[in-house]
Amino acid sequence: MTLLAIQDLSVRAGDLSLVDGVTLDVGAGEVVALVGESGSGKSLTALSVMGLLGDGLTIESGSITLGEANLSGASASVMSELRGNEIAMIFQEPVSSLNPLVPVGAQVAESLIVHGRATAEEAKAQAIDMLRQVGIPEPESRARQLPAELSGGMCQRVMIAAAFISKPRLLIADEPTTALDVTIQAQILELMSALTTETGTAILLITHDMGVVAELADRVCVMYGGCVVEQGPVDTIFAKPRHPYTRMLLNTLPRLDEEPKGELFAIPGNVPSPQDWPSGCRFQTRCDRPTAACFERPELQGDAHRFACFHPTGVAS
Amino acid sequence: MFSFLVRRFLQAGLVLLIVGFVAFSMFNFVGDPIDNMLGQEASQADIERLRSVLGLDQPFVVQYWKFLINALDGNFGISYRQGRPVAEIIAERAPATLELAAVSGLFAITGGIVLGIFTAIRREGFLANFIMTVSLIGVSLPTFLIGILLIYLFSVELDWLPSFGRGEVVDIGGWSTGFLTASGLKALILPSITLGLFQMTLIMRLVRSEMLEVLRQDYIRFARARGLSERAINFRHALKNTLVPVITVTGLQLGSIIAFAIITETVFQWPGVGLLFINAVQFVDIPVMAAYLILISVMFVAINLLVDVLYVAIDPRLRS
Repeated sequence: MTLLAIQDLSVRAGDLSLVDGVTLDVGAGEVVALVGESGSGKSLTALSVMGLLGDGLTIESGSITLGEANLSGASASVMSELRGNEIAMIFQEPVSSLNPLVPVGAQVAESLIVHGRATAEEAKAQAIDMLRQVGIPEPESRARQLPAELSGGMCQRVMIAAAFISKPRLLIADEPTTALDVTIQAQILELMSALTTETGTAILLITHDMGVVAELADRVCVMYGGCVVEQGPVDTIFAKPRHPYTRMLLNTLPRLDEEPKGELFAIPGNVPSPQDWPSGCRFQTRCDRPTAACFERPELQGDAHRFACFHPTGVAS
Repeated sequence: MFSFLVRRFLQAGLVLLIVGFVAFSMFNFVGDPIDNMLGQEASQADIERLRSVLGLDQPFVVQYWKFLINALDGNFGISYRQGRPVAEIIAERAPATLELAAVSGLFAITGGIVLGIFTAIRREGFLANFIMTVSLIGVSLPTFLIGILLIYLFSVELDWLPSFGRGEVVDIGGWSTGFLTASGLKALILPSITLGLFQMTLIMRLVRSEMLEVLRQDYIRFARARGLSERAINFRHALKNTLVPVITVTGLQLGSIIAFAIITETVFQWPGVGLLFINAVQFVDIPVMAAYLILISVMFVAINLLVDVLYVAIDPRLRS
């Protein structure tokens, strides 16, 4: 059953198109990874869903629905009713995402109180419970502490607790492990995976780390230059990537089961800025197989596994 | 916390010593009090005698030392002009200045914070932009000019408020207060606005820029993501963070309210210590000037101490 459906979403800042016709859906309880380099439009897609696009950014076209609710046309009050209730979001910088002057327990409890789902007392008890669930030792005393007294990993657990306490149907996680130590990353991923299994919350996971994708996701959606270039089940994408960009992304991962073959692979060139995006296929400037056909815009093709390329990999050309 | 306070008190003592020293070294240049006291008819012998009676023939370091010893006893000497103990004169005048400073400080803080928050939250709005433009006048017009303009408008043209003095005062245990009579309260309005306007616009602009900065922080975005209303975000999450740096500046500004009171008191003929000081300067009344400067520096130091303690109260991170 589809929970979140994004249809043909475009976001622009003034004249500049930043997200261009993204179509994406997340099923109930499903973990979908949104993958791409910085500037590919994945965070903007997520913020559009939350209704939290910054000043000067507007949704130009497209529709976003969550279950029955239409998010793209929703008023500010409807959106703030949904946020922290049906949808929750966690961010990349755990320490700076928590208010430095408010005890962490109060920040976890807050969304229950503002949505009228619990009294202050109940919310406090639930917050301590939730802190325990995310693996914070001595949650009663930790709840009274300030973010500065906790480590980065602990703060990320607090943020996850604040997101899960309202038992949202959808959690958007914007690079939840990027700012953390590698050892902590694995723990946080495990925690998120355990919580989703328990609560049935669906996750839209934004990351540029294919390792994180393999760990957590059911399906992958690869973005480049504000467009979706490939999407499909995680196994299929990892085994048989069709878009050259996806293949290159996967090649950047060092493999443990093979002998290292010299230098680690890096995708040549840089992500062009939005004003320099080429017409037609956005990846043509960095692709290893562009032809004249690539000046046209490729459409997503396929069914469960979709990709937008005229010269997909894995096919003799 | 205790050692922090002890350290602060020692620093405060040092500051007071230095202020007194600098003040005394300057008194040598403001003129000779003997001229004013004896007039032109006095003989050289009279002048010399009075000079040595007052101790003015000694080097200023010695004068300063004697002043310090006496001040520790609460004895600030006898005013050359009025012939009465300085401590008594200042105690008479201090309530007028302190009440004026308190009212204008309150006006500056509440007005500054409320308008600062308003202009930050509604930064695109017409009214907010209007307030910001008008506030430029507040920071750029000199205090005495604002005072004169207010007197012209509200006393001369409209005749709503008195143009000078404190109105009727009530004496309560040696403290003369203008808070208890209608004319006393009316007399406070114009001088308080004059004295507090600059500070208010300053605090307002500071609160606004701090608040805009805070509203850009990650934790505000995360608060939005949790579905908090704009109101809760602005007042529960942003305001507290805004106030931390605002307190320091505000504290320092309160000190300068008392110091700037000299000008306002002169414009409004307000019978406070500022006016006393101006008159003392004209007469080279050294004991009064010295006591006034020490009083002002005690206040500055006390306010700074209070600011440091308030910091700890607002920002729990400093408590460890």
